[in-house]
Amino acid sequence: MTIEKLHEALINKQLSSVEVTNYFLNRIDTAKDLNAYIDVQPELSLAQARQADQLIAQGNQGYLTGIPIAHKDVFVTKGWKSTAASKMLGNYQSPFDATVVEKLGMLGSGMVCLGKTNMDEFAMGSSNENSAFGPALNPWNLDYVPGGSSGGSAVAVAAGLTIAATGTDTGGSIRQPAAFCGITGIKPTYGRVSRYGMIAYASSLDQAGPMAKTASECAWLMNAIAGKDLRDSTSIERENEDFTRLLGANWDSSNSNASQPLQGLKIGVPKEFFAKGLNHEVKLAIEEALKQFEALGAVCVEVSLPKTELSIPVYYVLAPAEASSNLSRYDGVRYGYRSEKYKDLAQMYTHSRTEGFGAEVKRRILVGAYVLSQGYYEAYYLQAQKIRRIIAQDFQTAFTQCDVLMGPVAPDVAWKIGEKSKDPIAMYLEDIFTLSANLAGLPAMSLPCGFNQSGLPIGLQMIGNYFNEAEMLQVANHFQTATEWHSMQPLQNVAGEKS
Amino acid sequence: MSQIEWEVVIGLETHAQLMTQSKIFSGASIAFGASPNEQACAVDLALPGTLPVLNEGAVNHAIRFGLAIGSVVAPMSVFARKNYFYPDLPKGYQISQFSLPVVVGGKIMIEVDGQVKEIQLTRAHLEEDAGKSLHDDFAGPHGESSSGIDLNRAGTPLLEIVTEPVMRSATEAVAYAKELHALVMWLGICDGNMQEGSFRCDANVSVRPKGQKEFGTRCEIKNLNSFKFLEEAILHEVQRQIELIEDGGRVVQETRLYDPDKMETRSMRSKEDAQDYRYFPDPDLLPLQIAQERINGIRALMPALPKELREEWQNTYGLSSYDTGLLTQDKALAHFFIEVLKLIEIDLAKPAANLMAGEFASAMNKESLSADLAPVRPIHIAELLKRTKDGTISNKIAKEIFSQIWELGLNASDRQESILLEGLVDQIIDQKGLRQISDVGAIEKIIDQVLIENPKSVEEYRSGKEKAFNALVGQIMKASKGKANPGQVNTLLKQKLI
Repeated sequence: MTIEKLHEALINKQLSSVEVTNYFLNRIDTAKDLNAYIDVQPELSLAQARQADQLIAQGNQGYLTGIPIAHKDVFVTKGWKSTAASKMLGNYQSPFDATVVEKLGMLGSGMVCLGKTNMDEFAMGSSNENSAFGPALNPWNLDYVPGGSSGGSAVAVAAGLTIAATGTDTGGSIRQPAAFCGITGIKPTYGRVSRYGMIAYASSLDQAGPMAKTASECAWLMNAIAGKDLRDSTSIERENEDFTRLLGANWDSSNSNASQPLQGLKIGVPKEFFAKGLNHEVKLAIEEALKQFEALGAVCVEVSLPKTELSIPVYYVLAPAEASSNLSRYDGVRYGYRSEKYKDLAQMYTHSRTEGFGAEVKRRILVGAYVLSQGYYEAYYLQAQKIRRIIAQDFQTAFTQCDVLMGPVAPDVAWKIGEKSKDPIAMYLEDIFTLSANLAGLPAMSLPCGFNQSGLPIGLQMIGNYFNEAEMLQVANHFQTATEWHSMQPLQNVAGEKS
Repeated sequence: MSQIEWEVVIGLETHAQLMTQSKIFSGASIAFGASPNEQACAVDLALPGTLPVLNEGAVNHAIRFGLAIGSVVAPMSVFARKNYFYPDLPKGYQISQFSLPVVVGGKIMIEVDGQVKEIQLTRAHLEEDAGKSLHDDFAGPHGESSSGIDLNRAGTPLLEIVTEPVMRSATEAVAYAKELHALVMWLGICDGNMQEGSFRCDANVSVRPKGQKEFGTRCEIKNLNSFKFLEEAILHEVQRQIELIEDGGRVVQETRLYDPDKMETRSMRSKEDAQDYRYFPDPDLLPLQIAQERINGIRALMPALPKELREEWQNTYGLSSYDTGLLTQDKALAHFFIEVLKLIEIDLAKPAANLMAGEFASAMNKESLSADLAPVRPIHIAELLKRTKDGTISNKIAKEIFSQIWELGLNASDRQESILLEGLVDQIIDQKGLRQISDVGAIEKIIDQVLIENPKSVEEYRSGKEKAFNALVGQIMKASKGKANPGQVNTLLKQKLI
């Protein structure tokens, strides 16, 4: 089932939104073991579905009206808990909806919220193991991680526990779980989508985006969430754009060859993305995918992003620096977790934060406070900012030779739960190919392009130039028209499910 | 031990609360006096997911200030986060400006004992205020003694104005603070209410042997919210530092608080306890870019500054520096005078200034009124001056009428209507028969009567006692109920006595 098919079924009255919503709520209930959701409120979802059905009955629907969506629990929502998968916000209820939630919801596109999805605490992590509510499980093999931090969203889409989901991507948190779970996800250009109501991790890197089975569905969702928001000064004013407008069109409009729709497209392949450390099966799958693009008419050229390796230290200075400050508000004073053991103010702070935050969050707060402190600021923070600018320039150099960049999302497929959780550095290294797009603010996406021998999905990463999302979705859509990777279902089906 | 002569070195940091509709980074109101947390919105409470959005009105105020002190308004400045934990600081950081402030340099002129001195400013930057902790009389949810937080003030826009360490006495510091206070109110960017904390000073104070180049170790005295406390705190702190050094001790760099009851400063925290604020640019806010056109637009709408008005009035009308100083003490008074000037001939400017600095100023002080609310309006002043000039009334009568209009206006139920009445002065003159007697015959009649009734004075004058002349004039004026034209009385009396 896709957004397009569901839209048809809803407006043709073959299905009602209430029926669709009930179907997914049942699946969510049956598949509880996947731990994809943190909070589900069936009555709230069904109330929205009834509203959507009314809109459809009145003919006041939009393309997405009545279609279900799940929100990463980093977006604050009225009605559902907003926890960021942290004990710190374990019971937190937001008095307002995030802009993304509002735009997709009943006041906007009319989508029905199915609930809040699991994630790494405060979006810090690459495996979803850092959740205070336990890890979400990879539906392709329950012993494996689904990736992170938007792990729950990726699991929910892959396992058919929603049609689509929102995610956020600070260093790969949409793309990497999408790759690990075999779905499609796009991190838009920084500033495309409002951050208002997104529980902040690293403000200069955080960006919200859609996750679904296909690129075309992501395009519909982009239409709903993109745009300037007066409540977010870093969101960017652009003319309204239809992200579906190029779907199915040939890359070169003067080319009428239907079998080679990507004629004229130059794909840059950064050689640094194929250096040692890249899993052999991943490498083969990416190379196969590139051949597929060539078969569709595209040309691959080798390019260089010389500072790729530095993106890890740069990211792990800047993101923790911002996080250490962004997370200062969780002090137990006004809302959220407050320790019961304290005799004075200092103890209240210390105990509340020690008990409320998980290990990875505390690690990053400490690193962040360290790199911002007197005597280290210049050596770490300022230095990292300088390299960040160089990384962004390297991309612009590469884009003089190509239209999009392609390579692996991650050096490896999903790993076993617990395998890397004792070694944070090993985990950080897994982010090597995704971090630089965040540092440069570029749009980047992940699309399924194969499986390893154990049946774990492999993701292809596409990085575009600023505001080229529509073009990227066009390219991805042609790939998905020619391949079937995106429509594979996890073998690990929901227990008792006969769909 | 020989007596060392000490020199005092003072720099001031002033927080001026900016008069805007809403907070600097949120839409909540900043009006004073609401119940705790009534004026704290999601952004002020730092709820998860909230983001700051800069209030451009606060930026305009900063630009206005920058232009008024002749500084550079930075084409680009940056908001930074100052990180520290405190219950009244909801985000765990204060958004301020650090390495790149919006206003750089500038100066303010002060006058102490007739000497003009230039006070250089280092910078002025925009920042948000914190909330307030409620320790006293605060009961918890079950009536138990507890501490509370009121976040109404959190996010209130502040302009922090920093001087160079150029003041050399408490008197200079107070003169500067008063001048700055008058300026921000004049510009309409701050209400100047020191009791409510809209204008508060931190003083950096050190002492050094006279002639020494290096500064001594300084102490910062925080939150001085009256000119009196500012002066006292500096005087006591200077005394403390000198005594400490002269007793062989050493000043420790620290933050101190002034206790006005005990008349002493006491230590709040030493430099060793000073926090590392881990400043870094706020990634939620773009760098503040200020285009030259925006600055020009604000410049075009700037009110004339006190200094400019004083110069203009002295040069054009020949007014004294005392009068012009008094008339530019606040903006409402200056505006009132400007309105008067529009209604009168140039040669009446001086008498107008005299009337304003005299009768008008003292009546206002008595009622604690601001000029814009004074019951006597510019039109009345203008009419009084015209009627005095054309001889209809004497100066003395003019003052009497002034008082009458003042009382009339003060008691009028509908002040606006009854008082803005044009021709009110003539009406009073006619109704009360206050027209000056300039008719020679009429005056002669009165003189003759007085001369008959005071033969003794006449005799004394004729025998050479000049004083007797004045006594006769007094009697004549009294007999005319003050209405006789004094000039004519003089001339005619002299003629009669020859």
